[in-house]
Amino acid sequence: MRRYPTDDPTAYAPPRASTPARIRAAARPSVRPPVRSPVRAPERVGRALRSVLLIVLAALFLVPFYLLVRNGLATEADITGTDWTFFPHSLKWSNLRELFDDSSVPMVRALRNSAVIAVLTTVGTLLLASLAGYGLARIEYPYANRVFYAFLVTLMIPSAVTFVPSFVLVSSLGWISTLRGLIVPTLFNAFAVFLFRQYFLGFPRELEDAAKVDGLGHWRTYWRIVVPNTRPVFAAVGAIVFIGSWNSFLWPLVIGQDRDAWTVQVALATFTTAQTVNLHELFIAAAVSILPLLVVFVVLQRHIVAGAERSGIDD
Amino acid sequence: MRTPEAARTRTPEAARTPLMRRLLGPENRYLWFWVFVGPFAAGLALFTYVPLVWSVWLSFFDAHNTVTPTDFVGLDNYAEILGDPSFTAGLTTFAGFSLLIVPATYALSLALALMVSRLRFAQAFFRSVFFLPTACSYVVAAMIWKLSIFNGVRYGLANTVLGWFGGSDVAWLSTTSPPWYWLVIVTVRLWLQAGFYMVILLAGLQRIPATLYEAAAVDGAHPGWQVFRHITFPQLRATSVAVVLLLVINAFQAFDEFYNLLSTARGYPPYARPPLVYLYYVALGQGQNLGVGSAGAVILALIIAVVTVVQARWFGLGRQED
Repeated sequence: MRRYPTDDPTAYAPPRASTPARIRAAARPSVRPPVRSPVRAPERVGRALRSVLLIVLAALFLVPFYLLVRNGLATEADITGTDWTFFPHSLKWSNLRELFDDSSVPMVRALRNSAVIAVLTTVGTLLLASLAGYGLARIEYPYANRVFYAFLVTLMIPSAVTFVPSFVLVSSLGWISTLRGLIVPTLFNAFAVFLFRQYFLGFPRELEDAAKVDGLGHWRTYWRIVVPNTRPVFAAVGAIVFIGSWNSFLWPLVIGQDRDAWTVQVALATFTTAQTVNLHELFIAAAVSILPLLVVFVVLQRHIVAGAERSGIDD
Repeated sequence: MRTPEAARTRTPEAARTPLMRRLLGPENRYLWFWVFVGPFAAGLALFTYVPLVWSVWLSFFDAHNTVTPTDFVGLDNYAEILGDPSFTAGLTTFAGFSLLIVPATYALSLALALMVSRLRFAQAFFRSVFFLPTACSYVVAAMIWKLSIFNGVRYGLANTVLGWFGGSDVAWLSTTSPPWYWLVIVTVRLWLQAGFYMVILLAGLQRIPATLYEAAAVDGAHPGWQVFRHITFPQLRATSVAVVLLLVINAFQAFDEFYNLLSTARGYPPYARPPLVYLYYVALGQGQNLGVGSAGAVILALIIAVVTVVQARWFGLGRQED
């Protein structure tokens, strides 16, 4: 047998098997090894080029994160100096203390607002959307599909269309600059319902059938059987909603008008556009603001990727 | 859920009034459906459908600083907003923005997905690196772009790199000829969203049956362009349509990066105002002209409806094939 330098099934020629082996292979087409084309020098060059390109692109994608941390931990002179260098001359960890000690920048308050809003939004959305998704997927109702499409249509309506009237509604409820106004209107997320419904449709029915035999109704089946067995979808939707809520900007900007109701994004934006704080303070604040998300992201990445993958499936 | 009458009879199901039975369904199933779906449906109706209807109503009234106007003005608000050159310029800005960002993101995401899917080592690492910006907010990204990379003064990264090659500083965001601000606006969104669509396309690539590639190899197709042109790309069609639709919808929502990149302590410059930025300043700015703002929202809704239908026709959504 010839040896092949790699095990890529598509890149190399098939082994020239002896005749009996080939006959055997033909008799069982399902276990025939994948057909391979002969290895060629240009392909090896192509593969090397591709790797180099990927490494360059990956480095470029990481540069903005690096700049965030670099500027956040640099002295003001290292950020604005005429001799700008890629690496700062010294790391100034005291920038962190300076940020939290600066009473003119409501960072602590903004972080707390963002955390409260993101957590409550995530919990509320998971509860409402999972119930709705389960009802749509599992409880027979003649108009279930029409109800589902009425939900889906709202995904096609951009916020450009709804934000003026939503603002009108929330302000007439007297919810401007309140946590209610920042949280409640964002809880009804049709995309989350879509993800839950798709997941429950693919969930095997046997467990629920067994629960029904045991005399459990829809409600108790849902809480005792379905929820404990579908944790991955809760993690996926929860992570996506949490990230979206933490990063959302237009709604908190419009509703959280008072300084006390600013989220971290609104606070950062206010200082970015006004440019009244020191740059190093602004950058360390931004770095602090994405820290919770990076933690969520690293812990739940597998689930987030699964959720993103499912959002491309249209049926 | 038995009614008192039902409890007295021997066959409770049959004895319930026909109306009740129709409303509750067999085994109270319809009732349970609404127990599960009702809370969400009620909230969605209140916070999406009611505002929509209210907005249409407001657009026919003189609604300065009020949400319960009494002064009916007919189509005056529509005439006013359509006669405002900044609104029509906003629509042009949106069209230009979509024409730049949609193909750019699709091409980059597809290229990344193809390259990452063919990696035989560190695939998870590269996928994570490209996906990581999804966790970053537009506010933070715009800040990095505006104050660090594309800073108009000498210490910006782009100007530093230009300086190495003997170029002079460019005021990236405050010059309109040439309109360099488009480079800043497009690259920030490209960085933020390319990884997300790469993941969707990667999933699409994995759904293509391996037997197709084997058949192509048997037929002597050159791995590379021929296989991509005749197998990968056509097989990715459903995923590509979904990606492009999502990209267009998201481009219509563009607000965060425009606002954070271009607005300054002195206000927002007169160029590069997509519809949402324009509405933000008209409806919620000085005077709070909610009537005109609502008219703008209704016009946008109509445009989006038309665009969506045309797009669906163009892509032949729902067409049966394969």
